[in-house]
Amino acid sequence: MGAIYIMWLRELKRYFRSKAQIIVSLGQPTLYLLALGFGFGPVFAKAGAGNYIQFIAPGVIGMTVLFSSIFSGMAMLWDRQFGFLKETLVAPVPRIQIIFGRTLGGATVASLQGLLMLIVCLIAGFRPLHQNGAGHNWLALPAAGIFIGMIALVFAALGSSIGSTIKDMQGFQMLMNFLVMPLFFLSGALFPLKNLGRVLTWITHLDPLAYGIDGLRGVLIGNWQFSFNWQFNFMLDLCILAALAAIFLGTSAWLFSRIEV
Amino acid sequence: MIRVENLTKTFGEFTAVKDITFEVDSGEVFAFLGPNGAGKTTTIKMLTTLLRPTAGRIHLDGFDPWVKQREARQCFGIVFQDPSLDGEQTAYENMELHGILYHVPHKVRVERIEQLLKLFELWERRKDLVKTFSGGMKRRLEIARGFLHTPKILFLDEPTLGLDPQSRNQLWTHVKGLNERENTTVFLTTHYMDEADRVAHRIAVMDHGAIVAIGTSAELKAKTNTDSLENAFLALTGSSLRDEGANSTDAMRRFAQMWQKR
Repeated sequence: MGAIYIMWLRELKRYFRSKAQIIVSLGQPTLYLLALGFGFGPVFAKAGAGNYIQFIAPGVIGMTVLFSSIFSGMAMLWDRQFGFLKETLVAPVPRIQIIFGRTLGGATVASLQGLLMLIVCLIAGFRPLHQNGAGHNWLALPAAGIFIGMIALVFAALGSSIGSTIKDMQGFQMLMNFLVMPLFFLSGALFPLKNLGRVLTWITHLDPLAYGIDGLRGVLIGNWQFSFNWQFNFMLDLCILAALAAIFLGTSAWLFSRIEV
Repeated sequence: MIRVENLTKTFGEFTAVKDITFEVDSGEVFAFLGPNGAGKTTTIKMLTTLLRPTAGRIHLDGFDPWVKQREARQCFGIVFQDPSLDGEQTAYENMELHGILYHVPHKVRVERIEQLLKLFELWERRKDLVKTFSGGMKRRLEIARGFLHTPKILFLDEPTLGLDPQSRNQLWTHVKGLNERENTTVFLTTHYMDEADRVAHRIAVMDHGAIVAIGTSAELKAKTNTDSLENAFLALTGSSLRDEGANSTDAMRRFAQMWQKR
């Protein structure tokens, strides 16, 4: 257990030591929140769909968690290049403990980033609402925390699987363009997934982040006013995320155990 | 302490290590010499469980590293050719992390970290991030870390590459001292003949993946009828240059260096 703890702690130390990084990585989601939130707001409202800031806030929180968690796993690429990876590969502990420690650390960091983004959203005017629209629902925040944690775990584990596989920066760039961005755009973070074409609907159902965003948006603004706020439902979202977390954790452990240098 | 029988490693068509057999005794300092691409690093990687051999057997302190992996890993320490420290953590934290990964009990860990950091003259800088260290300091820290869990065997893969003569001299004094005090078996590779001559009890010369000679420095000189280890080495391996193709590791190394210099 000591190995899991020390690897987890390492991720947290690195996070708290790079304060600039913390601020910078909130920059892009904040830009989306403000530029798109206020930019598309009038059109969204005119279409009879309500307040766009309310709609997009869970989306940008999910985006923050996605980017932070998946990159934490891919940061293994840096450890490979700077050599630290080898130190952990020859250590007399099961490699599954090393990779679990790293992944949990990455997920913890990503969750913290998600909570920070939630605060940014609250400052920008976002308010969690009751299912029936009756006033603010601050009790929704802990439930949102659960989804933030689940999204973080799923994508940190996916990132670890990828980090165990790719060996160079070219691979990293390619994954960024062909995996991370589509995951984000097709997740429903920016637009409702209801009433899309059949093909696009299928694709969005295959996007793990769609379930995370749905859960987040569901608990934060509920069914109030518009049915599309819940695409799926609470239990389905949670079960799918849990299953994916288990699958990706297993995959990362297997891939990491096979690394040779 | 180390026993290797008919060890072979092939990468596709290319045979990096060809059927090598040797033994290293407990407490011995054993040097592996050879031109670039001779298979030294590949051999070390196989000995340290980083690469699976194509054929042959390895015993480290009686353990087959592919059967009793954890026991085998516990019994050795390694200093890699490339740095393997965590630059974003302090010197002390790097030691601490290593101690925990190698199951060193808390009390012993605290004492030994202090003792080793003082020995390698890094105690004053223990709270500084490793990325602020010079090349020589990083090397010293890595060697101190390698000794932390009192390994029975210490592997050193070209540990003095890029160091100035002062650092090299000091480093070997420490390694030799710990070898004698703690009876640590040392297995090293180097390009510097004078180092091998100075510290190694026995030397193996490797070329094109095979061991071409093995023995004490005096034995190698006598065998080749030369007066220095350098000449003995050239007599054994020829004087033609070896050009390695640039592989992904080289590219990565350059990239890492570029980033570390920022």
